[in-house]
Amino acid sequence: MYALEMVNITKEFPGVKALDRVNLKVKKGEIHALCGENGAGKSTLMKILSGLYPAGTYSGEIRILGEKKEFRNIKDAEKAGITIIHQELALVKELSVAENIFLGTEPARYGVISWDEMYYQAAKWLKAVGLDISPHRKVGTLGIGQQQLVEIAKALAKNAEILILDEPTAALTETEVDILMGILERLRKEGVSCIYISHKLSEVFRLADKITVLRDGQTVGTFQKTDVDEDRVISLMVGRNLTEYYPRVERTPKETVLEVKNYTVWDKEQANKKVIDHVSFAVRKGEILGIAGLMGAGRTELMLSLFGAYPGRKEGEVWIEGKQVKIKSIRDAIQSGIALVSEDRKRYGLVLEMSVHDNTILPNLAQISKWGIIDEIKGYKHSTQYAKELKTKTPSLETPVGSLSGGNQQKVVLAKWLMTKPKVLILDEPTRGIDVGAKYEIYHLMNQLAEQGTAIIMVSSELPEVLGMSDRILVMSEGRFVKELDHREATQEKIMQAAVGGK
Amino acid sequence: MASTEGAIKDQVTQKPNGIKQLIGQIDIRAYTMIGTLIIIWLLFGLLHETFLTPRNLSNLFIQMSVTSILAIGMVLIIVAGHIDLSVGSLVGLTGGIAAVLSTSYGLPLWAVILITLLAGALIGLLQGWLVAYGAIPAFIVTLGGMMAFRGVLLGMTNGTTISVSDPAFLMIGDAYFTPEFGLFLAALAISAIAYSVWHKRRSRLKYGFDVQPMSIDIAKIVFFSVIIIAFVLTMNAYIGIPFPFIFVVLFALLFHFIANQTSFGRHVYAIGGNVEAARLSGIPIQRRTMILFVLSGLLAAVAAIILTSRLSSATTNAGTMYELDAIAACVIGGTSLMGGSGTIFGALIGALVMTSLDNGMSLLGLETFWQYIVKGVILVLAVGLDILSRKKKA
Repeated sequence: MYALEMVNITKEFPGVKALDRVNLKVKKGEIHALCGENGAGKSTLMKILSGLYPAGTYSGEIRILGEKKEFRNIKDAEKAGITIIHQELALVKELSVAENIFLGTEPARYGVISWDEMYYQAAKWLKAVGLDISPHRKVGTLGIGQQQLVEIAKALAKNAEILILDEPTAALTETEVDILMGILERLRKEGVSCIYISHKLSEVFRLADKITVLRDGQTVGTFQKTDVDEDRVISLMVGRNLTEYYPRVERTPKETVLEVKNYTVWDKEQANKKVIDHVSFAVRKGEILGIAGLMGAGRTELMLSLFGAYPGRKEGEVWIEGKQVKIKSIRDAIQSGIALVSEDRKRYGLVLEMSVHDNTILPNLAQISKWGIIDEIKGYKHSTQYAKELKTKTPSLETPVGSLSGGNQQKVVLAKWLMTKPKVLILDEPTRGIDVGAKYEIYHLMNQLAEQGTAIIMVSSELPEVLGMSDRILVMSEGRFVKELDHREATQEKIMQAAVGGK
Repeated sequence: MASTEGAIKDQVTQKPNGIKQLIGQIDIRAYTMIGTLIIIWLLFGLLHETFLTPRNLSNLFIQMSVTSILAIGMVLIIVAGHIDLSVGSLVGLTGGIAAVLSTSYGLPLWAVILITLLAGALIGLLQGWLVAYGAIPAFIVTLGGMMAFRGVLLGMTNGTTISVSDPAFLMIGDAYFTPEFGLFLAALAISAIAYSVWHKRRSRLKYGFDVQPMSIDIAKIVFFSVIIIAFVLTMNAYIGIPFPFIFVVLFALLFHFIANQTSFGRHVYAIGGNVEAARLSGIPIQRRTMILFVLSGLLAAVAAIILTSRLSSATTNAGTMYELDAIAACVIGGTSLMGGSGTIFGALIGALVMTSLDNGMSLLGLETFWQYIVKGVILVLAVGLDILSRKKKA
């Protein structure tokens, strides 16, 4: 008897078969990982299971404990014990933590909320996820990791029988990931079934009992964890063997392009708190400089500040190609030859409703305009060229960026910044949330750019990526660089040790 | 499990201080609004000796009643991320309906009120349906409503003014409570506050939360009692509490309750704060949205009955621009047009600010054009200062 069976699920969108006779069977008290590239159909399958795509819009059968079910909406699925933790945070920032946890399931009599009951229950669930905050706090005042834990508390509060987690650790620190793993193991003992979606295979192998791999909307197979290893799962996901996951190229970096001396940045909210404390570093032509560190170490703040995009006060010298520059705004940064690919492409990188073409030319309008009038032909020449060079998979240049997959969206972000002809390209988490195949292409592209003489700074939380791609690695901790490593001597252990404050 | 319980208790216990402890959860922006209001009152009091007399204050509260009732409905609409531009025309139309029913058909007052409220609610239902299920932006639906309802009113009345003669109807806008009854109401209100403070205390104790020292709770009751008694005595010094103002108080309390104590109200805040999150939490967004417009239509009809009674007639331009006064009151009172935040209490203060400006400037004999300019500048200034102060805090 399975806790959940999804049998021959087929779902079509206009023109695309998103799912093709997919099968998924989950036992009671089992952690079942669902792996696949972006666009493989994982999210679509989970949206069907959680009632977001109602019965009738797909074919196939959902059975809970052997009984056939049809969900018309989210409430129906919740009644059957299915709860989903979404990839994108689904919290209301203006409301309190307790209200968010019980949103839609408020403890109420005749529609009148029992506030004390709610805060009491909320405090219990917060404790269960190891979050030491007041349930009265507004969610907007919490950090991303804390918000993710609130989201998990919200799911637990629904007493789910089947819990779906879609990339739950994307925003969590190591300690928070450990807390989550602990929670899931406890739930497993209590007989809750979990469906765990993650790009991080190390987590999958640490946690899951079984692994189902999806590819192009079809089930490749379901495996016992002990029967497969990471490489095998990756090759099943992409359908080919990735002989070289990180395409390392030996390079000899040339002259210094960017030099930062004694750079200090103050917090945007607390004017006397330093987020970056007297750092100095340099990047050379044709070099990939990896910046590692824990969340909150100040990596993103440093990069944003160099790009003129951080609101906090700053002090220090920035030199580009031997000349000192004063960067007061993003315009200044672009003109000095700095480009930044932000960590959150949907919020900061793209105008999702605008087309591939329009997004590409957005920061480059001056380049293709005369007297303030855009030369469309010239613009298309550029956008066509970049789409081709970056192998962006898009139906046309007029397609809204929002409808592309994560990897292709990231390519459009890269295109728009490459068009500014940057001397220094800053990449903040360049492969977050994109699939293995697209990752590989982006790594290749980084190598190409370095070859052509661009200085690349890559901020990344994925240690294998930092190790695999960087020529040199700087480790940041509490606003300072605490360690510099050559890629030949660097190991995960050395980086982590430095990042947590050891030597 | 004793330690766990203890930890939960600590987590839940808030340690508010000073004035915040006294007045509770009314946010800091409300205090600045009250401060602004007091400054405006003192200023007009200095400039004109009659402004702060019981007689004029009584007038002020009558004047603010229509705008306030519209603003109360508007707050929730704006919080949900919508807007209702039609309420002014709706006041005109439902006022016309009430006058026709009372004068031309000679219906008794209860029937007039019932049918008028029903008309307001039905029109709200139609607009709400178009916004929620038709997915037409509220701005467009209600802009259309603003024009169309005014047109219906003109057609229905042939462009004439319809006077109302039913003395019972005229009482609604013109009557005052006797001083004795006013004092009775004050006593009732104070008992209600005392009960609610006590009830809250008991509930917190039941869940094992820390409670504030008894002295603070008593200070809270005394504080509100003083305000209520001062208000009633001031009104009694003229004739008594004006009848229309009671509607304001009743609806304000009712909607404050709906906004803060019911699932419906919190869902509205969630929808305005993050519609995706609300949807993924299984909140029926369309139904909630539609009901909001029904409530707004209903309140417009209430306002129309009061206005018609006060003017003892329904005119074709009754209620013109009232929607903008209501929106201004909400915004001055701290409601964000981005949705997700705003309070009924704030909107009332906002309405009082707007009405005080009207009243004071008229007393001073300021020319109409100046009145418009001053009100416009104050609106932008109030919101500008608010945004500035929040930026500074952040």
